[in-house]
Amino acid sequence: MAEEQDLSTATDEVIHETVLAWLKDNWRTDRPLAEWRNILVDGGWAAPDWPTECYGRGFSLAQAQVVQRAFREVGAVGAALGGPGNLAAHTILAHGNEAQKRRYLRPILTGEHAWCQLFSEPGSGSDLAGLTTRAKRDGDNYIINGQKVWNTSAHHADFGILIARTDWDAPKHQGISYFLINMRQPGVEVRPLRQMNGHASFNEVFLTDALVPVTDRLGNEGDGWRIASSTLSAERQAFSRDRGIGTLREREGTIYAEYAAEQAIAQEPYTWYPQRAGRVDLALPRAMATGAIRDPVVRQELARLLCLAHAAEYAAASAAATRRAGSNTIVPAGSIAKLTASLIARQASHVHTLVSGPEAMLGGSDGPMDGVIAEILLSVPAISIAGGTDEIQKNIISERVLGLPKEPRFDTGPFRDIPRNAS
Amino acid sequence: MDMGFTADQHQFRETVARFLQDKSPPTTVRKLMATEAGYDTAVWRQLTGELGLAGTHLPEDYGGFGFGPVELGIICEEMGRHLYCGPHFASAVMAGYAVLLGATEANRTQLLPDIASGGTIATLVLDNVGDATRVGESITARDDARLTGQARIVLDAHVANLLIVAAATAEGLALFTVAPDAPGVAITPLQGIDSTRKLNTVVFDDTPADRISRTPLDIADLWDHLSVALAHEMMGGAQRLFDTTLDYLKMRVQFGRTIGSFQALKHRCADLLTELELAKAATYAAARYLTTGDGERYSPHMAKAMAGDAYMAMARQAIQLRGGIGFTWEEDTHLWFKRAKSSEVFLGTPDWHRERIMQQLEATHG
Ligand SMILES: Cc1cc2nc3c(=O)[nH]c(=O)nc-3n(C[C@H](O)[C@H](O)[C@H](O)COP(=O)(O)OP(=O)(O)OC[C@H]3O[C@@H](n4cnc5c(N)ncnc54)[C@H](O)[C@@H]3O)c2cc1C
Repeated sequence: MAEEQDLSTATDEVIHETVLAWLKDNWRTDRPLAEWRNILVDGGWAAPDWPTECYGRGFSLAQAQVVQRAFREVGAVGAALGGPGNLAAHTILAHGNEAQKRRYLRPILTGEHAWCQLFSEPGSGSDLAGLTTRAKRDGDNYIINGQKVWNTSAHHADFGILIARTDWDAPKHQGISYFLINMRQPGVEVRPLRQMNGHASFNEVFLTDALVPVTDRLGNEGDGWRIASSTLSAERQAFSRDRGIGTLREREGTIYAEYAAEQAIAQEPYTWYPQRAGRVDLALPRAMATGAIRDPVVRQELARLLCLAHAAEYAAASAAATRRAGSNTIVPAGSIAKLTASLIARQASHVHTLVSGPEAMLGGSDGPMDGVIAEILLSVPAISIAGGTDEIQKNIISERVLGLPKEPRFDTGPFRDIPRNAS
Repeated sequence: MDMGFTADQHQFRETVARFLQDKSPPTTVRKLMATEAGYDTAVWRQLTGELGLAGTHLPEDYGGFGFGPVELGIICEEMGRHLYCGPHFASAVMAGYAVLLGATEANRTQLLPDIASGGTIATLVLDNVGDATRVGESITARDDARLTGQARIVLDAHVANLLIVAAATAEGLALFTVAPDAPGVAITPLQGIDSTRKLNTVVFDDTPADRISRTPLDIADLWDHLSVALAHEMMGGAQRLFDTTLDYLKMRVQFGRTIGSFQALKHRCADLLTELELAKAATYAAARYLTTGDGERYSPHMAKAMAGDAYMAMARQAIQLRGGIGFTWEEDTHLWFKRAKSSEVFLGTPDWHRERIMQQLEATHG
């Protein structure tokens, strides 16, 4: 890459051309997927919005989208960035030391390592800092004991981002540390949990004398809460993005077959995520196909839905423009976008119900669209819980954006003295 | 589509805001709304003269400044925030846009410079201000020269020296000019719920008129432009209500704590902010659509529908969250509540606009 010019200041057009030219030289459908991904990383096109010293090119998000567009046009497979792996990478990039970046980032991009997020516990979800999983230092290792829950993809994961308590005498937010844990070890037991929509994408994870080398602690002891906050804000931003539906185009070539096999495992927990977001894309076509569009109530509710969905796109575009302009005004984009995603999903679910009428009673192969509508109706309740509930987003907006007083606290002082759930 | 405002646009907003803050504080609004004319001629002269706000959106060829819907939106937003009392919306926005979009070249050249300079106060006479598809059902033109019919609600006709009238002709809708003192014209003031905006009924009885447009007039396009300007005005008002309500919540103490510390009210504020931000995003996007053609063709309808709902939601909560004081004449909130209510229905209710969206979608997807 050394011979190449710095493209981060280039126009979108130049970037687009450069990517197409590079793909022309390198993209071949008869390559093994792993080989291709390594070429991709070495070429600097796996994650162009990452810093130059970590496989990237320091591109803005908008520039990175130009790169993605070129990949789509060619039908080239991109880096294995999605779900918890993306959150792990984001956090390691921001808080990892050199050795950690060297060890973990590349296998995330190539798809060699799958990740999961081990944050929530039976006793602490919204109040994440109330966690009681303990990490006890023992020589060069930490010994981890406790239980995590709702951990998406943990049943496929090679590694987990984990927060655990290292100090019980410090105030709750200060006694937490952040770890990268190997999931493939005897002390880690993963049990899938079945959800109300019938899928089983999240799990309980039991940690019994599981080991984490001290070198896999991210940041200092006691820094865990601060680092977890940056993981969570990356997660909120991601919510408004998965409204579109990723269609896997079926193409010829060994690389596509390998890609499809990878995706079948990696994406399995997420097959219902588009439904969770409400499938706005189906609303108008189904209303027209069923004739429900003649109903004045359906027309009103459908128009409301489309207004919300478009306005959310416009709001995201103007937040991006504000960021590009380098404005330092607070753009409460993450929390508002997440609340908006819930609003849209609920309104979409409402429209699908109106359009389907009594057929909305049916699911599976008996239900409208072979069960897709039922899956929407039964998946939407997750969007206002996962990644921080709507209520928590409203606390964040009212306190951090609007400057209203913080909630009264009953959890100050040493953690061991704070009231918590009976276990 | 670039959705941000430029530095020049920010600066323009500052200038307009500072002027209105100075000239249109609530004490002045209350004074003017109690007068018959409803506006201060000296302020109108400054606003149209020094600042040129009646011609901002009109092309330079017709005496304007050559900006467009985005800059007009900034003006309207600030006027809505400060509840400016005066004929800007009637003359610059409604009559100005009607002539610009509907009149023939010769008539634009003749009429727009005086509207742009504020020397003429014009208003647009529509016989239906709730449903664009029904304009022309009452006022009809005979021989392209004589108008008969009634417009129930017309802005600022009592102070206008030029009436631009949409009337039905044999070939469809057309625009006419009428002098307010022409024979057969009767202008009767109405009691509006929002007395910061003066309303009149205008009746024509075989009134002489000059046709200034080709026929048929593209009423949908004109209505789009008016709706987007009004939506901006509404967003300014809604933001003002939000800001003052937030201040009140941080100050008022009950049960030994500020009421803004109650979670029920914190969450309501977060909901209101979300609705406001979405409506604003739709409104700004609509102005950009009118300027560049980028975006959804029905974005003006989305803007007015969302602005209508968001402004009313804000107005209701602005009263509710103040408790008893919010329901008094003394406190200023009701002034914006009344503007919110009349703007909700003026130029089409949110439901009407949503129905239009569906009709456009069916036309493109059907
Ligand atoms: C589909 C799905 C996937 C998930 N994936 C993961 C994952 O991969 N990894 C992971 O670690 N976690 C994951 N989660 C967990 C998720 O983050 C938590 O469920 C969520 O933060 C809520 O915590 P809780 O379930 O303990 O509910 P609680 O915190 O007990 O909340 C119960 C109710 O109380 C309300 N509440 C709580 N505190 C307040 C307050 N201060 N003010 C007002 N109301 C309040 C909540 O809003 C909610 O309505 C996932 C959840 C779902 C549904």
